[in-house]
Amino acid sequence: MAGAFVKKLKRGLFMTHTEFLEKVGETFQRTGPVEPQHLDRLETALIAADAGVELSMSLVDGLRDEIRKGRLTTTEELRPAVRRRLLELLQAAENAEPIDLSNEKPRVTLLVGVNGTGKTTTAAKLAKRRMDNGATVLLAAADTFRAAAVEQLQVWARRVGVPLIHQHQGADPAAVVYDALASAKSKGFDEVLVDTAGRLHTHSNLMKELEKVRKVASREVAGAPHEVLLVLDATTGSNGIEQAQRFGATVGVSGVVLTKLDGTAKGGVILAIADTLGLPVRWVGVGEDADDLLPFDDEDLVDALLEVEA
Amino acid sequence: MLESLQERLARVTKTLRGEGHLTEFHIDAALREIRTALLGADVSVDVVARFIERVRRQALGEEVLSSVTPAQMVTRIVHEELRMLLGEKTVDLDFKGYPAVVMMVGLQGSGKTTNAAKMACWIKEKKGLFPLLVPADTSRPAAREQLLILGEQAGIPTIDSRDMDDPEEIARKALREASIKGYQVLIFDTAGRLHIDDELMGQLQRLKGILKPKHILFVADAMTGQDAVRSAKAFHEQLDITGVVLTKLDGDARGGAALSVSEVVGRPIVFAGIGERLGDLEQFHPDRMAGRILGMGDVLTLVEKAQNAVDESKAKRLEAKMRKNRFDLEDLRDQLSSLKKMGPLKQVMEMMPGMDKMMPTGGVNEAQERQLRRMEACIDSMTPRERRHPQILNGSRKKRVAKGSGTSVEEINRLLRQYGQMRKLMKRLGKADPRQLKRQLGIG
Ligand SMILES: Nc1nc2c(ncn2[C@@H]2O[C@H](COP(=O)(O)OP(=O)(O)OP(=O)(O)O)[C@@H](O)[C@H]2O)c(=O)[nH]1
Ligand SMILES: [Mg+2]
Repeated sequence: MAGAFVKKLKRGLFMTHTEFLEKVGETFQRTGPVEPQHLDRLETALIAADAGVELSMSLVDGLRDEIRKGRLTTTEELRPAVRRRLLELLQAAENAEPIDLSNEKPRVTLLVGVNGTGKTTTAAKLAKRRMDNGATVLLAAADTFRAAAVEQLQVWARRVGVPLIHQHQGADPAAVVYDALASAKSKGFDEVLVDTAGRLHTHSNLMKELEKVRKVASREVAGAPHEVLLVLDATTGSNGIEQAQRFGATVGVSGVVLTKLDGTAKGGVILAIADTLGLPVRWVGVGEDADDLLPFDDEDLVDALLEVEA
Repeated sequence: MLESLQERLARVTKTLRGEGHLTEFHIDAALREIRTALLGADVSVDVVARFIERVRRQALGEEVLSSVTPAQMVTRIVHEELRMLLGEKTVDLDFKGYPAVVMMVGLQGSGKTTNAAKMACWIKEKKGLFPLLVPADTSRPAAREQLLILGEQAGIPTIDSRDMDDPEEIARKALREASIKGYQVLIFDTAGRLHIDDELMGQLQRLKGILKPKHILFVADAMTGQDAVRSAKAFHEQLDITGVVLTKLDGDARGGAALSVSEVVGRPIVFAGIGERLGDLEQFHPDRMAGRILGMGDVLTLVEKAQNAVDESKAKRLEAKMRKNRFDLEDLRDQLSSLKKMGPLKQVMEMMPGMDKMMPTGGVNEAQERQLRRMEACIDSMTPRERRHPQILNGSRKKRVAKGSGTSVEEINRLLRQYGQMRKLMKRLGKADPRQLKRQLGIG
């Protein structure tokens, strides 16, 4: 599994060699004392991976500190040091937000996020995965706003062979969720996956609507929603932090799905998200087929980020 | 939150106070701040590096003006460079043709379908032309249904391509349809794809060959980070795109992607998507974008406008009066009318940092504008002597002025209070260094 992830990423990364990354590559490969320009390049490379200005600067400041204290002296030590720090960061987020393992039935998962990130596709992929693991899954079409959103999920439901609860366009999304949960309870489904409409976190009325969906879920099923996944497009820049923050404040995001990693973006913004909000990544999307969803592997992601043709 | 460029530069300026010359050292300090601001707004690192280099070269060659601080000067150069990249003014696309074909291309989820429909509405309403929508995203489930629904909502004819699964075939059918029925603009929605997907990029090239589009618009998400350059570059290299549509600008992203894409593609951003509804599309305003990226509103445009509006000789007279603390209501009226010359207050406020977000559309600004007009009316109804010596305005004079200007005594009292405060402020300013005073007045 991890191998597939790396392969997909590498294909993308093959295209991502900007002038800067090449220079970092040189830096990592060179032997000898660390010079100021090496650290500058590293900082730029982190920024180029969307890790964000603040985090990149503070990471490199941390390295400067280690150099001053004599704990880090040569360029060969640079890469492992950065790698370690990034992994620590991701692992801290994973520990901060453990997966809800309670075995309430049905287990309810909400997929939320801004427009076009891949919520619907991820809902279908996740349904397939959970079914493959032997669970009975029900999909809920709570995007009642976007034209043909229900039809889109219908096609997917048929494709992966999962039942779907839906109403007409313009219906109250909370009502759809209510229906889905009632149906899941009476028929004994293990899982309910709720696809919601894409919305920008800056629109407060739409965020309120999401809050209502969450409330209905928690009223109908104990402990629900057990997971709230923020679906984040890997091409997103620093705005991902605002997204995570605002969706988190409204519906209590428990993890991130990082999609479109089969492109050339590396999704470095999740580092900043892990750093500032302590939110872990759960899954990564690596394509448009039902099977293109993989469990997140922090080492793979960090290696991909620091990948400079080692 | 990230600091705005203004705040950053203010810090640089502080360290440079008292030095009026542009040295390499000053430029470096300012450029470092600009670099951080641009990177914080998600402008690509390569684009930032080239941008900073250009600004540095310009700044070093610049003649030194003693009345301007180094930071101000660098800011001006930055702003000009930004405008060069984003475009001087709004581009008005020409949709004439037999028919004019517009191809929408871009990554998955960037907003092609929604914006195809919005653009059709825009063309019909603003240009009075008859568009035809063509759904040719055969890969995403129900994408064609989506456009059909949107077309129906908008009252725009839309080809039903649901039983066709070859986009090239759909393209030919659309061309036939357009020529038979006389549609003037054909908007062709394509499936989202990755720029590294050779097969699908090849398909776009073939579609281009069939459709011979007048415009190929690259639809880019304003929230995109560093990857924007890679995708835009690849799409451009393979398709020679003619323009960019920047979507999801109703969010709070700083939108550095706009700069990245403009730089690597060298084609204008033509439309801005500002919401999910059919009316939520507008022509792109480079000026506003420049301010948004830098987090500084459109301060410089504002300053320029102020400079043009304040008549040079009047400004000099004003300065002299302020020095002697003889600023009277006549001068206030001049100021008010030059404020008006800068444009509707609403526009002026929109150019100021943060103000655009604080203002509900309509509402407040109009009220303030009305207030300014009323203040002017009050002064107009006074006699020249009253304007020059406001202290003679007693109760009966005030009543007369109020009646003449259609305002109230209360309003006149408020005006006089504000005038009193301004005088106090100016008295303080009068004691200040003349160079600074000029700068405050926007005549430096
Ligand atoms: N290459 C790639 N494409 C993806 C991935 N995940 C989703 N997509 C594509 O992205 C596009 C948008 O996906 P959707 O699932 O419709 O996104 P959404 O978040 O539901 O969109 P809205 O409901 O409109 O907000 C579709 O064309 C998907 O096929 C991924 O991991 N890789
Ligand atoms: Mg969806």
